[in-house]
Amino acid sequence: MGVRLMWERIVAMIFKEVRQMVRDPGTIAMMLMFPIIQLLIFGIAINNDPRHLPLVIEANDNSQFSRAIVSSLRATSYFDVIEVVGGYGEGERLIAEGGTQFVLTIPTDFARSVVRGERPQLLLTVDATDPASTGPAVAAVNEAVNRAMAQELVGPLAVRQPAPPPVNLVLHRAYNPEGITSHNTVPGLLAIILSMTMVALTAMSVSREVEQGTMENLLATPLRPIEVMVGKIVPYFAIGLVQTVVILFAAKVIFAVPFEGSIVLLMACTLLFALVCLALGFTMSTLVSSQVQSMQASMFYLMPSILLSGFAFPFRGMPVWVQWLAELLPPTHYIRLVRGIMLKGWDWRLAVPESAVLLLMLVAFGTIAVQRYRDTVA
Amino acid sequence: MSEAPAIAVRGLTKRFGTRTVVDHVDLTVQPGRICGFLGPNGSGKTTTLRMICGLLIPDEGEGEVLGLDLAAKRRAIKHQIGYMTQKFGLFSDLSIAENLEFIARVYRLDNRKARVDAALERLGLASRSTQLAGKLSGGWKQRLALAAAVLPEPKILLLDEPTAGVDPQARREFWDQIHGLAREGMTVLVSTHYMDEAERCHEIAYIAYGVMLARGTIDEVIAGSGLKALQGEGPGADRLAAEIEARDGVEMAAPFGSTLHVCGPDLARLKAAVAPWADQVRFTEAEPTLEDVFIHLMKGAVDNSVLESA
Repeated sequence: MGVRLMWERIVAMIFKEVRQMVRDPGTIAMMLMFPIIQLLIFGIAINNDPRHLPLVIEANDNSQFSRAIVSSLRATSYFDVIEVVGGYGEGERLIAEGGTQFVLTIPTDFARSVVRGERPQLLLTVDATDPASTGPAVAAVNEAVNRAMAQELVGPLAVRQPAPPPVNLVLHRAYNPEGITSHNTVPGLLAIILSMTMVALTAMSVSREVEQGTMENLLATPLRPIEVMVGKIVPYFAIGLVQTVVILFAAKVIFAVPFEGSIVLLMACTLLFALVCLALGFTMSTLVSSQVQSMQASMFYLMPSILLSGFAFPFRGMPVWVQWLAELLPPTHYIRLVRGIMLKGWDWRLAVPESAVLLLMLVAFGTIAVQRYRDTVA
Repeated sequence: MSEAPAIAVRGLTKRFGTRTVVDHVDLTVQPGRICGFLGPNGSGKTTTLRMICGLLIPDEGEGEVLGLDLAAKRRAIKHQIGYMTQKFGLFSDLSIAENLEFIARVYRLDNRKARVDAALERLGLASRSTQLAGKLSGGWKQRLALAAAVLPEPKILLLDEPTAGVDPQARREFWDQIHGLAREGMTVLVSTHYMDEAERCHEIAYIAYGVMLARGTIDEVIAGSGLKALQGEGPGADRLAAEIEARDGVEMAAPFGSTLHVCGPDLARLKAAVAPWADQVRFTEAEPTLEDVFIHLMKGAVDNSVLESA
């Protein structure tokens, strides 16, 4: 009897909850749409054995062997040979700028050395700022080179095909010679932590005022929308700067992450990124109608920021259309900037393209936020 | 009164979707006057107040607030209006003093500290200044909200059902303050459901379902309604309400304690209607009350808010 009564009261509660849920179509839509969208994107995008990685070949020797190696590498699914360059040092430059992840350098007189049985060296330079994506690919280069050589070393040259391979592949892990994962993740964490606090907190700022009934009062005062926005953003901005200092300090002291570039440049980029996050959060907050929806919207933003930005999984391992989608996320660009400045020692010239994208985003979000925020009720 | 009116709006109209919430409302309030704004729930009182203080932009109509054009000078008007929202609109996680300080900063008041202290003192909140606003009882919240609304020394005070849910003593004190402010020259437009509060206003405006139905002093509004009333005294008078109300010529009959209050548009017909009970109940002519007038007006109005949502 007592149990039955309890159950009836629970049913009453369930009915009430479901009815309230249904009254809030925005929340329902988000609850149904988010998993589907996320499943589709993340299910396809996340790949721990990335293929089609960008490879540049610096061919300082244009011989039949070089050509065979290029075509053999093209045949593997691990690489897309995006360019074959001739000039010495050209590959190095491309890797520094982030134009490619791998460079295979074929030395001058490569063919002659092979013929003479001198076991010439091939240099494979890897951008090891993202060590996770490089492992399987490196093995694939070795294999591809050996296969190419086996094909070419026929007839009289077959003697050069004995037990020790005819060429010696030397691996150079640029920027992170020991392949330490934390060198990759700690700078990335800066982007993720800033995103989480900056976006999520500001996203709730306006909806909280509306929900608590303080918005009407604010609107009745002479406060202008831009004044409300800036006033709400500044304190969070200060929090963001404190977070940055803490993370950079930890990176140095606890994780011993190298810092090659300029701290001033990094702080400038961080400032810009924090502003983008805050403007985005504010824009979200003008689009949602309750604090619960703000939470969901910021979750919906944070998930891809973590998974697609290159923070958790190799960016280059994702299908191209997902990469383009990820380009729309501010953390994607900021992560490149942080890794570039901290690990590769980017100077301001190299930082300009990614910063320009962030600046563009700031202008776009800022405009939407100001447009959306009204100084009237309803 | 040769002075320019503090509030003068004409043909104010607001629609939400297909529903006309405020329909061509005219309202004039002279400086230093307290105007009671009455009407049933959902009649457009809040919407009208919001249009006057610039929180809503009217779909039609025009007007001047303190001589400033309602459409063009919305921001300038906001500077000179104190608005107390129906729902407590201050920050519950700030203290009383912090809330007032915030308002003082937003309005860029000079001598901020002195003004906040004076406001706390005047409202008897000085001893509670560090208490969080959210922890206050209804009466104290209302005092704080009023203190915040008058802090910038506005020329006009708009109060949206300020005393809902507040005890009689707090209400009395509240109205004493309102009269004090009006004496100093502040113009007050206050919406309320309470008849005793309406009677404390210099003049009243009655709006039902977006339409202004009556304007003027209380005597003017009662006289304008053309209602006549009788008061019945005698054994069982109060139990006759339903029977008498059903009779021709009676608009309403309501028991007040052991007496019965009956009213209708015509005195002769009213007397005829109560005649059958003349032997047991003594009926005398009485003044119709403001409540009679409002219920009478409300019965005549079409409740489009219900019609539309149905």
